[in-house]
Amino acid sequence: MQKMTREALLEKARELLSSGKVSAVLGWKKGEFDYDVTPAVFDSVDALEDFVWGDFCGANLSKYLIKETKKHRVLVFLKPCDTYSMNQLLTEHRFEREQVHAVGVPCDGMADINLLRRKAGEGIVSVDSIGEEIKVETLYSDEPVIIDRREVLLERCVNCKSKKHAAFDELLSDAGEDSSSDRFQDVEKLESMTPDERFEFWQNELSRCIRCNACRDVCPACTCETCVFNNPSSGAENKAPVNSFEEQMFHIIRAFHVAGRCTDCGECARVCPEHIPLHLINRKIIKDMNAFYGVFQAGAEVGAKSPLLDYTVSDIEPGAVFDGRDHDA
Amino acid sequence: MPINEYKPLIVAFCCNWCSYAGADLAGNNRANYPCDVKIIRVPCSCRVNPMFILKAFQRGADGVILCGCHPGDCHYTSGNYFTRRRMAVLFSLLDFFGIERERTRVEWISAAEGAKFAATMNEFTKTVAALGENRRLEDLRCKK
Ligand code: SF4
Ligand code: SF4
Repeated sequence: MQKMTREALLEKARELLSSGKVSAVLGWKKGEFDYDVTPAVFDSVDALEDFVWGDFCGANLSKYLIKETKKHRVLVFLKPCDTYSMNQLLTEHRFEREQVHAVGVPCDGMADINLLRRKAGEGIVSVDSIGEEIKVETLYSDEPVIIDRREVLLERCVNCKSKKHAAFDELLSDAGEDSSSDRFQDVEKLESMTPDERFEFWQNELSRCIRCNACRDVCPACTCETCVFNNPSSGAENKAPVNSFEEQMFHIIRAFHVAGRCTDCGECARVCPEHIPLHLINRKIIKDMNAFYGVFQAGAEVGAKSPLLDYTVSDIEPGAVFDGRDHDA
Repeated sequence: MPINEYKPLIVAFCCNWCSYAGADLAGNNRANYPCDVKIIRVPCSCRVNPMFILKAFQRGADGVILCGCHPGDCHYTSGNYFTRRRMAVLFSLLDFFGIERERTRVEWISAAEGAKFAATMNEFTKTVAALGENRRLEDLRCKK
């Protein structure tokens, strides 16, 4: 359960909507089930009835600001990690800051429905968070299953970047603190394998990709009006991958396009219907850039220059990159 | 030499101002390097989009090498500095996916370094030959 209550968010939304300070609220609403919470725009106080706030509000709302700020002045609820995406979008001049009223919501970590399913079983009809427990009712058992919330957190929440908002107009609670995590552990594990093992690992993962493009569509860094994957003459057009080239190509290009701009928000891995660990690809790039060009967190500051848009005369040579890690030669 | 001996296909992207002229000089000097190195001339090493490299592999290249002016000598002042960062990250990413790092390389070759051009190509071809054919990023439909 989130310590911050739905009522507190609603109160803020009602206040700003009725005072006319904003004409729309970006929040979350229930989908078909309690757990498939979806981003939503509320343009009246009455509409707010559907508003939800809880353990399944993982969706990062920043990307929706691009479209909504063209029509409205928007109140947006942002969790600490979401604010990095907003900053990055501002760095890229994707919308006007004045059009946004950003309300920082504290976050206690969001639940991963896939992990929950794995523990509680299929056929979930309702989920209910009480304290650190999630009560799950399924079609196939009479008794509700009780799951420890901490065991079903999203990967990105386990490796939480920060509980401190990077940008906001107002906070609903006291400012949070930076958290420390060991987010590069899995990347390191892969790095210590041989190229053959790594190839096999990725083939196993990537061959499941159905090119639904959900990872691109949800990514707050992927905001081009016309995407290279929609361009039939780019050679990377959208179609189901048929061999290891096409599988890898899509993922290499996707990750490389957001290199230096990816805030590691984890949305891509969250939405992938095939559960491909996409965050590992982005994190590999982040880890490399940190090591080569100094630690950089996209979205920590508006206007910061990405390492790939910059250089120094004494940068590391591409060949030298590998000399330091000859263990898998 | 047996006729069917495996010869790797190497794609070399060479910048117009330094490395392509370096290749020319290698030719003028009758320096030997394998004919399986296919040179593609680009205005600047920075012109090479990561997609070009992937496409080369798709079409059957076994190794891809990118040659440009020495850092500081770029005809466009800073193009190769960006290349250096971009390719360091890209090649490391390819390696992460299991495309052996020996298959990709960046080398700085000036217009006066014909000998270095030939030596680099000989050495690179040998390294790639030792790895064998690239099967990971090739697209069978592109093969004759
Ligand atoms: S969301 Fe997953 S399945 Fe869909 S395109 Fe991305 S990686 Fe492929
Ligand atoms: S690539 Fe993934 S982690 Fe990075 S910004 Fe996009 S959605 Fe977030």
